[in-house]
Amino acid sequence: MSDEYENKSGYQAQSSEALTGSAGSTPDMDYVRPAELPEQDLYHGHTFLTKWVFCQDAKVIGVQYFLTAVFTGIVGLILSWLMRLQLGFPGLAGFITAEHYYQFVTMHGMIMVVYFLTALFLGGFGNYLIPLMVGARDMVFPYVNMLSFWMFFVAVAVLMASFFVPGGPTGAGWTLYPPQTILEGTPGSGMGILLMLVSLALFVIGFTMGGLNYMITVLQARTRGMTLMRMPLTVWGIFTATVLAMLAFPALLVSAIMMTLDKVIGTSFFMPTILKAGEVLEYGGGSPILFQHLFWFFGHPEVYIVALPAFGIVSDLISVHARKNIFGYRMMVWAIVGIGALSFFVWAHHMYVSGMNPWFGFFFATTTLIIAVPTAMKVYNWILTLWRGNIRINTVMLWCLGFIVTFVNGGITGIFLGNVSVDVPLSDTYFVVAHFHMVMGIAPVMVIMGAVYHWFPLITGRLLNETLGKWHFWATFLGAYSIYFPMHYLGFIGVPRRYYEMYDSPYMTSAVGMNEFISLAAFLVGAAQFILIFNIIKTLKTGKPAPKNPWKANSLEWHTSTQPPEHGNFGERLPVVHRWPYDFSVPGAKDDFIPQTTPPSEVVHTKVEKT
Amino acid sequence: MSDPKIDGFELKPGFRGMASDTGSDQTMFKGVHWGKAMMWIFLLSDTFVFSCFLIAYMKGRGSTPVEWPNPSEVFALEAFGVPVPLLLIALMTFVLITSSGTMALAVKYGYEKNRKMCGWLVLATAIGGLTFVGMQAYEWSKLIHEGVRPWENPFGAAQFGSFFFMITGFHGTHVSIGVIFLFIYAYKVFAGHYENGGKRGWFTTMKGDYVEIEILGLYWHFVDLVWVFIFAFFYLW
Repeated sequence: MSDEYENKSGYQAQSSEALTGSAGSTPDMDYVRPAELPEQDLYHGHTFLTKWVFCQDAKVIGVQYFLTAVFTGIVGLILSWLMRLQLGFPGLAGFITAEHYYQFVTMHGMIMVVYFLTALFLGGFGNYLIPLMVGARDMVFPYVNMLSFWMFFVAVAVLMASFFVPGGPTGAGWTLYPPQTILEGTPGSGMGILLMLVSLALFVIGFTMGGLNYMITVLQARTRGMTLMRMPLTVWGIFTATVLAMLAFPALLVSAIMMTLDKVIGTSFFMPTILKAGEVLEYGGGSPILFQHLFWFFGHPEVYIVALPAFGIVSDLISVHARKNIFGYRMMVWAIVGIGALSFFVWAHHMYVSGMNPWFGFFFATTTLIIAVPTAMKVYNWILTLWRGNIRINTVMLWCLGFIVTFVNGGITGIFLGNVSVDVPLSDTYFVVAHFHMVMGIAPVMVIMGAVYHWFPLITGRLLNETLGKWHFWATFLGAYSIYFPMHYLGFIGVPRRYYEMYDSPYMTSAVGMNEFISLAAFLVGAAQFILIFNIIKTLKTGKPAPKNPWKANSLEWHTSTQPPEHGNFGERLPVVHRWPYDFSVPGAKDDFIPQTTPPSEVVHTKVEKT
Repeated sequence: MSDPKIDGFELKPGFRGMASDTGSDQTMFKGVHWGKAMMWIFLLSDTFVFSCFLIAYMKGRGSTPVEWPNPSEVFALEAFGVPVPLLLIALMTFVLITSSGTMALAVKYGYEKNRKMCGWLVLATAIGGLTFVGMQAYEWSKLIHEGVRPWENPFGAAQFGSFFFMITGFHGTHVSIGVIFLFIYAYKVFAGHYENGGKRGWFTTMKGDYVEIEILGLYWHFVDLVWVFIFAFFYLW
């Protein structure tokens, strides 16, 4: 093999700024202590296979994760179209049977939550941004990182294979509640559920390999001067989400193993005594509630695994595009950490109607409402960051504003559902569907869109078209509200979710037109996403080249040796960090931004924050 | 181990030291090898896996309507014609804990750059682990012979066999993976992969160092610790 190692052994030279400070000024002012660790050896691929397929560069792995996740997302989008087609116009598409409908619901939910959002935020943005933002040459274990992506790829392949097995994919709902999940009569109770469980287990294994990388890179491989409290909030969000994932996914793995055993060899972990057509089944003595506890011990932190990276990224985008430092940076960090910790103590609010002890409901309602406190702090801080900022209403900012509004909206309905007495009548209605789509569907997707428009010039060197971007935003924003606002109303009049068809039911008679309207809006919003794909293709072909650091941002990813950054990120010497990434519009400064690498001696006469 | 020397950074003891390490740049755990930090975090995650298994076991045992089998009868072993409760388990536990001891010694000799001693001790640990797995295989076949299956057993609740085979099987898989790596690392120590600056591994571009023996040791001690909990929950409860 012609592959070579780049070997820059020895310790980094001490900061030249510190050594050559002029005698008159204070030479110690710019001092940053020397590097603790020798430079990381990187494996540079030379063949197509090692450069683009089994690549060990975190940036390429990030793009691989991103594209694979987007592929699953498009599958999920098409499934949602089919569902809305059935719900809005039952019988119009004759091929959608009740079984198919349940399979679409299940696969849409599982794909969007796990294979799309989680993989996209942690695998995609995490891999691309963490090393760049903390000033590392790469993830600490590049080989394991590569394996992580390919394990995810296999998990996606297994999941997609379940569409083509006899009986089709599982139709048990994305929560996979036993006993019905693995019993005959549920769609896909044969091979479908088995492939789903195997795919989830593979996903957990693959994620664990990636997650160890993200955590150790943040904890042990930051550049000189990069303290934890100088990290961009994006890194804080992704880091905390990774910690949650490392502690929450074990519960999913365990429940997947146990259910696989129930299915394959006939154990009864989750299976109580069941009468079927007058006959007692082989199963007996298991506890279905146990599965619900295990599943939601994973499932609730999972919500924040999706939300926390979105919180972090949106904070950075708002700060950059409002040209103002983030309001209450430390508060933001502690809110992220606090939300992460609290998210492990709220899981049973998904189980108010499962028949647990009522005191459990009381406890979990309390913790659920407590988690609203740090979340509200974050919303106030975003608004106060915008307050009197030099706001640029570009596409990125539009997505951020859309996020804040949507997140507040979904958060407030969460307060309704967090209370047991309000939840019990609303449980399993479209109100719940509207709530979680607003708060963990639309809101994080808006951040993803903003992030794509923001970092696209970094990744490809070209700026996306703004006009198309604004069309994309308004179509998505107005369309999403047209879908989910009426859904709250459907929930209030008692329309149950997960029903294949309900036109003749008394629930629905007053809202038939509204239901059709929702479906039409859903078709449009889905179609609007292809504006982005068109925009990307057009930009890659004919887009104008982006200037270096086009948004005039401070964080390290924009201050690499080349744009897009090469393998190794920073050229000959790693950057030295002197400040946080939020020094925008500092009074007295020459420009309205001061990059993290600017030494203090260059900004002596400015009122720069001490970080 | 003495504290590492960090250029330009003063390591302080106690809580204050922890705060100043956390507040500093570059690394949070000063002088800690990347792989070692990774193993600790992996083990934290793995702790959650085993905790979920054991909590599920407690819940399953609590909620089954059929009576749970008596462990001191089920796990008894005939010795000289007398059934001795927990004899085999006591032996298994003894072997596994002893292998933890040899592992700890291997780490010590590794850091002393005593290649031969380190290699023999890693090999001894591997053989201890292999003995454990062998005895577990014997225990499984004995129980299977007596009619215990994951879905039923003649002694009582069906969940007994389910949880027993699943959890000891999952732990046994951990031990087996550990044994495979112990044999590989014994070879690597004897072949001198950690001497003279170290040889690059397969999975990493990092150069070999005796710290890898310590990392493997962390895993091995963890597997032993988990066994202590499984022992308590399955055989003593």
